[in-house]
Amino acid sequence: MNAIALPRGVGQLRDVIVLTGRNLVHIAREPLQLSDVTVQPILFTLLFVYVFGAGVVLPGGGSYTDFAIAGLLALNLTTSSIGTAVGLSTDLNSGVIDRFRTLPMWKPSVLVGRSFADLLTAAICATFVAATGLVIGWRPDASLASTLAGFGVFLLFSYALSWCCACLGAISKGPESAQGLGLVVLFPLAIVSNALVPTAHMPAVLRTIADWNPVSAVTAAARQLFGNPNPSAAIHVWPMQHPVLAAVLWSVGLFVVFAPLATVLYRRRTAG
Amino acid sequence: MTNQLMIEAHGLTKRFGPTVALDGIDLEVPAGAILGVLGPNGAGKTTAVRILTTLTRPAGGSARVAGHDVVREPAAVQRNIGVTGQDATLDEVLTGRQNLVMIGRLSGLRRRDAKARADELLAQFDLLDASERMLKTYSGGMRRRLDLAAGLVTRPPVLFLDEPTTGLDPTSRVRMWQVIRELVGDGVTLLLTTQYLDEADELADRIVVIDHGRVIAGGTAGELKAQTGGARLEVTLSTADADAVSALDPLVSGAITVSHDGRRLRAPVRSGAGLATAVVRALDGAGITVDDVEVHQPSLDDVFFALTGNPIAAPAAEPELEVSHS
Repeated sequence: MNAIALPRGVGQLRDVIVLTGRNLVHIAREPLQLSDVTVQPILFTLLFVYVFGAGVVLPGGGSYTDFAIAGLLALNLTTSSIGTAVGLSTDLNSGVIDRFRTLPMWKPSVLVGRSFADLLTAAICATFVAATGLVIGWRPDASLASTLAGFGVFLLFSYALSWCCACLGAISKGPESAQGLGLVVLFPLAIVSNALVPTAHMPAVLRTIADWNPVSAVTAAARQLFGNPNPSAAIHVWPMQHPVLAAVLWSVGLFVVFAPLATVLYRRRTAG
Repeated sequence: MTNQLMIEAHGLTKRFGPTVALDGIDLEVPAGAILGVLGPNGAGKTTAVRILTTLTRPAGGSARVAGHDVVREPAAVQRNIGVTGQDATLDEVLTGRQNLVMIGRLSGLRRRDAKARADELLAQFDLLDASERMLKTYSGGMRRRLDLAAGLVTRPPVLFLDEPTTGLDPTSRVRMWQVIRELVGDGVTLLLTTQYLDEADELADRIVVIDHGRVIAGGTAGELKAQTGGARLEVTLSTADADAVSALDPLVSGAITVSHDGRRLRAPVRSGAGLATAVVRALDGAGITVDDVEVHQPSLDDVFFALTGNPIAAPAAEPELEVSHS
C-alpha cells in the first residue's frame, strides 16, 4: 500500500483539506470553542444593543440597532479570532505537531488548514450575530449583493486576522498565555474603534487611533454596504472617506505581512 | 540487499545550551534487524531518535535512513519511516479511527485506502471497540497501541519506537511486546529505545548502551550480560554448613560471599539452562538442605555499574515483572 504520487499542488490541497476537517472536529467537540462562536455572539449582541443602545445618540440620527450590528460583527469576529492563537498554541504544546513533522506531508498545511477552519467558524459567528440582529430589528437597507459584499469584507478581514493570531499562538508558551496575549492585543483593537460608539466624542488621541484602526475601516465599510447609519462618513480622514477600499487594503496588508511571519515563527518554533 | 544498512549514523552530535545531548554517536542497523538502544533517562536516546526521524537537526555528523540523508532529503526519509514517540503524538480530540485515517491521508493514501487501513490496524491492535471514542478517553496501554498503529499506517520499511512501554503496567507491557514481535516477523527494520534491559533482551537482535550521549557498549544481549558479569546466585541454607562453598564452587563464576550467620551464600554466575537445579543437586549431594535458590538476572543498574563503575544517577523505576509468558 504505497502512497500514490500526486501532482504537488493536489497533494498540498489534500493536506489542507484533511487538516481543515480536523480543526472543525475540534471546534465541534470543544464546548468552549463552540460557545465562542455561537452563544457569545448572541449574548454580546443583545447586551450591547440594549445597554449601549439606550444611551447612545447617533450624530445624523438613525437607530442604534441598525448602527450596532456591523460593529458587533466586527467585535465578535475580532475577539473570536483569539481561538486561532489558542488552538495553534495547544497543538504546539502537544506531541501532535511532531507526528505531523514526521509525515511526508506539506508542512505549512498545519497553518493553512487552521486558517481555513477558522474562516468557517468566523462565518458561523457572523451568521449568529446577523440572525440575532434580524430578530431584534436590524435591517440592511441595500441590495442583496451589497449586503453580501458587507459580509465578504468581514470574512476577508477575519481571514487576515487569523494569521496575526497564528503569530500570537506561535510565540505563546501555552494556550493560557495565548488566550491572555490575544485578549490584550485584540480587545483594545476592537474597542478603540467606531464599532460600538461614534468616534466624534472620543479624546483626540483615541479618536485618531480609532479613525485609523482597521476595525473601524471594516465596520464603516460594512455600514456603507449594508446601507446602515454610518456617522464615520462625516470624518475627514482617508480610511473613513474610502472605507471599503481601506478595509480591503488593511486586510490584504495584514495577510501579506503576517502569513509569511506566522510561517517563519512556526517553523522556528518547531525546528529542534 | 540483505546486507544493506537501513539506518546508519556517524558521529552524531547535538547540544541544547550547555547540555551535551549527543557526543558522537554511531549506529548501524541492517535491513530487517532490530537494534535496542538502552540507556537511562537523559542519556540521549530520544535526541538520537529525533535526529533519525528528521525532527531535530544534528549539530555534527551524518545519518541516513533507508538510504536517504536525514538533513538533505527529509521528505524521502519520511516516506520510509514509521514513528512511535515517547509522548502522545496523536490528536486527543479525534477518535482512534479519525486519527489513523488522518495520518493515512497525510501520508498520501486515498481516502478509501486510508479508511480500510485504519480498520485493519484497529482490528490488529484490538482497538475496534474503542475506535469511535475520543483519544482522551483511552487508557495508557490503548494509547501506546494506537500510537504504534499510527506508525504502521503506510507499512514503512523502517520503524522507530521510542520507549514503547515506559509507564505501562506489566500486563500492557507484555502485550506490547507481543505486538512488536509480530511486526518483526513482517521483516521491518526496527530501532527501539528502552530503559529496561529485559525489554531489549526480549526484542532486540543487538543492543547498544548509551550514556551521556555516547555509545559505551554494544553487542548481543548475551554478550552484554557477559560483560556485566552475568547473573547473581543467592542460596539460603536451612542451617549453616561450611561445605556449601566447596559444593557451589564449580557452578559459579566468581568469589562466593557468605553471610554472618553462614546461611546465605551469594556469587556471580553465568546463567544457563538448569542452573538452579544443578545448584540444588550439588548441595543435596553434599548433604546440605536448601531453603531457597534465586538466580537474579542483571538489571540495567548492573549493566551500568559494570560498564561505568557508577550507578545510574537517577534510577528509573524498574517495574518488577511477575507476568508469565503464555
